[in-house]
Amino acid sequence: MLMNLFKFKGGVKPPTNKTQSNTLPIAQAPLPSRLIVPLHQSIGGTPRPVVKAGDHVLKGQLIGEADGWISAAVHAPTSGTVLEVAMHVQPHPSGLDAMCVVIEPDGRDKWIAHGPLDYAAMAPEAVREHLQQSGVVGLGGAAFPTHGKLTASKTVPMDELIINGAECEPFITCDDLLMRERAEEVVRGIGIFRDLLQPKKVLIGIEDNKPEAAAAMRAAVDALNEPFLVIQVPTLYPAGGAKQLIRVLTGKEVPAAKRSTDLGVQCFNVATAYTAWRAIAHGEPVVSRLVTVSGNVHAPRNYEVLIGTPMGELLKLATPHPDTDGIVMGGPMMGFLVPNEQVPVIKATNCLIAHSDRVFPPKAPEMPCIRCGACAEVCPHELQPFEMYWFSRAKNFGKTQEYHIFDCIECGCCSFVCPSRIPLVQYFRFAKSEIWAREREKNAADGAKTRFEFKQLRDEREKAEKAEKLAKVAAAQAAKKAAEAAAAAAAETAAAETGAPGNDSAAPESKAVAEATTLPDATLTTVDAEKEAKRAAIAAAMARAKAQRDAMPAKNTEAVTIEQQRAIDDIEARRAVLAPAAVPGEKTE
Amino acid sequence: MDILLAIAIMALGAVVLGAALGFASVKFKVEGDPLVEKIEGILPQTQCGQCGFPGCKPYAEAIAKGEVDINLCPPGGMEGVQKLADLLGREVKELEAEEKPKQVAIIDENTCIGCTLCIQACPVDAIVGAAKQMHTIIAPLCTGCELCLPPCPVECIRMEAIGENLDNWKWKYPVIEIKTEMRKAAPMMKAA
Amino acid sequence: MTHYLFILVGAVLVNNVVLVKILGLCPFMGVSKKLETAYGMGAATTFVLTMATGASYIIDHYLLIPFGLEYLRTLSFIVTIAAIVQMTEMVIAKTSPTLQQTLGIYLPLITTNCAVLGVPLLNISNGYNFVESLLFGAGSAFGFSLVLILFAGIRERVEGADVPVYFRGSAIAMVTAGLMALAFMGFAGLDKYQ
Repeated sequence: MLMNLFKFKGGVKPPTNKTQSNTLPIAQAPLPSRLIVPLHQSIGGTPRPVVKAGDHVLKGQLIGEADGWISAAVHAPTSGTVLEVAMHVQPHPSGLDAMCVVIEPDGRDKWIAHGPLDYAAMAPEAVREHLQQSGVVGLGGAAFPTHGKLTASKTVPMDELIINGAECEPFITCDDLLMRERAEEVVRGIGIFRDLLQPKKVLIGIEDNKPEAAAAMRAAVDALNEPFLVIQVPTLYPAGGAKQLIRVLTGKEVPAAKRSTDLGVQCFNVATAYTAWRAIAHGEPVVSRLVTVSGNVHAPRNYEVLIGTPMGELLKLATPHPDTDGIVMGGPMMGFLVPNEQVPVIKATNCLIAHSDRVFPPKAPEMPCIRCGACAEVCPHELQPFEMYWFSRAKNFGKTQEYHIFDCIECGCCSFVCPSRIPLVQYFRFAKSEIWAREREKNAADGAKTRFEFKQLRDEREKAEKAEKLAKVAAAQAAKKAAEAAAAAAAETAAAETGAPGNDSAAPESKAVAEATTLPDATLTTVDAEKEAKRAAIAAAMARAKAQRDAMPAKNTEAVTIEQQRAIDDIEARRAVLAPAAVPGEKTE
Repeated sequence: MDILLAIAIMALGAVVLGAALGFASVKFKVEGDPLVEKIEGILPQTQCGQCGFPGCKPYAEAIAKGEVDINLCPPGGMEGVQKLADLLGREVKELEAEEKPKQVAIIDENTCIGCTLCIQACPVDAIVGAAKQMHTIIAPLCTGCELCLPPCPVECIRMEAIGENLDNWKWKYPVIEIKTEMRKAAPMMKAA
Repeated sequence: MTHYLFILVGAVLVNNVVLVKILGLCPFMGVSKKLETAYGMGAATTFVLTMATGASYIIDHYLLIPFGLEYLRTLSFIVTIAAIVQMTEMVIAKTSPTLQQTLGIYLPLITTNCAVLGVPLLNISNGYNFVESLLFGAGSAFGFSLVLILFAGIRERVEGADVPVYFRGSAIAMVTAGLMALAFMGFAGLDKYQ
């Protein structure tokens, strides 16, 4: 059982604050007044809604269909009526809206027909497909669709399967309680992952501040007679980061721009294993998860919460102190203040912390960087945060990339130790999103350029083809006329030969030639006539549309602001200038 | 005599060097202008013609020749002007036209008569449709150049600003918060 | 042999062409905003300066002095240097597009660089022979590149600093250059070991 553990560089030891919430068993949160279920809860494509307002749904019924392979389905967390499919504020630092299905529970919590699957008889593809259909995603926080990680690499042999029960962030204890109370189901879930990936070893990493969880997991592993190793890793933030845990347990370091799969390692959260088992053994999709409610509350505790529960309602169960002034989703290191308390619990929500100045005293103002290097010492990815900070601050994004800003996992160790209280991670996030935006813009510009060049090429080709065609038609008609003329001439000459010999036969020929030269004009006039008809049709349609528009005045012009009115006037003025140049019909010539 | 010698030697030198340079310029002639490509890389490729040139490349060529100013491209914004100024060592100038937020064209599909005029006007092939069939804009490909607005005979195309959404949202630059004392002072000043 | 070493080291550090002789300030201030451009400019100047010292020595000794035309030095050196630079640029553009990418845009700038003219004239006033001239030219060029690259590195950092508004841009660059010059004065102490 003894195993040589490795170390990752850096890391910090913030006060764990876990004992407040891990003493009480998991409680079932009551049904909330309504559920707001965002459709986009995992990395990848946004699921398409398959219900509409007024529909009655059952618990576990599909409401959002996975869009593409990297995407996971979304299900109704309880039975009830769909109130609307509309934009609602998301638990996201931006405070922006996204499409959500709002359900009013009917109180019966009636499940849709579901039952255990015959796992032993299922092909691996079918298992993956079922996990996708059940909406199983990584519950550690990143919410990557789990089925996407369950295909072993073809080139690299699968060495280790890492199960992440480290839970290194302060305050959070939901994985701890899950392992204590539901260890057997977690281990069975790990069994599924093992069957799909066929690794040589399965390692379950748990931080050594959770002895009960480790004991429960060991007991479950022994009871099920599985060859999994439960390993206690030293408590050090961020030991629960996937790359850090892989490093500690296997000694392998995942290089930049590579994934752990390329090294034959795959990592899953314990809660993910649990939901996978529920999906296979009970046919239950992911409609709830464990959430730690802690911080500035009377009764910190872990709750089993339906996805879509408004955070405010969940927080009330733990009776927050009156001076609570916000909700942090996630831990104090990587979490963020949610925009308001109506935002729903999503699959990535592992913890809610009631925020108050008492629990989290406001940071003193930022001071200049003194280049002490404390941030570099604690960076678990061996980066130089002070350099990245300097260049992010100066908006010199090329330099930040030279210092490997994209290897930063935003764990917050550097901000935690900074003696000048610089919010380093915020600078890195700013720089990263700016670089991404530029990349997007550049790709869009390149795409536009290629399409523009292609269009020009096509226009030229079409023009050439048209000219060629016209010339051909003209030539054909000329030839026809010439032949006719020749025939006529022949007839004439025949007649002349019989009647009046010595008649000049060159005259009709020259006439034919003359006709042939005028012919292109003739064909052009026929083309023009066609165009004329088209033009008339367009004019008629214009008149019709105009009448229609006049009959029904535009709705949006009543309440325009001054700026909008000005913009409209601008456009009108531009149109007036450009209109003569673009009279319909002429454009096609 | 000395002065003549000096003139002769200098003239000889000038002739030799001039001949060498002339020979080199013929022998080592290079086609193409890398500067145009660099300038074009900075331009936003909307192909909107707001600079007065038919597309981004002609404008880039004109800039490279030094015929026009670098501040004629509203979609590129002040950032684009800044980059061009850095590249060419010219002075930064205010944009000629007003900088606009990014837009996308939207066709009112009930009014569209399927005349295909906008399809021909679109420089980047971002409109799909066929004669007498409804047209629509492929929003991700639209550069917001407004070139489809004037040809539309029934005025069914409108421009809409692209708002912030979860896909294009950016983290803001961390700003040092204004202290509470100052925040309190502001309304008092207003009252006074 | 040590004599040559002293010429080289002296040209790089003690009599630095930019910070002590105050020559070639335009590229020093103009092309030092980014480290990459500083590398390019440094390499281009090193190449041209070494060539120019060699060529001007030959012209001086085999053309001007035999005919007693020393008073035409400045003029003839300028013409020669300009021609050399132009020719080098054309050859590089044709033969090596990658080198053209790094050096190309800086070469025309060097034509009017006073350091390139100053060093050949200094060679003559110091009475150096051909090898010494070449060494002095190369040393000056290395010194120029060294200072330019150091300065570009500093300026890149200064860009992120909270410089008072009225000092931003060239003003703070001048202050920085002044401080660098002070620091380089310290190398004058090397003279003792000569």
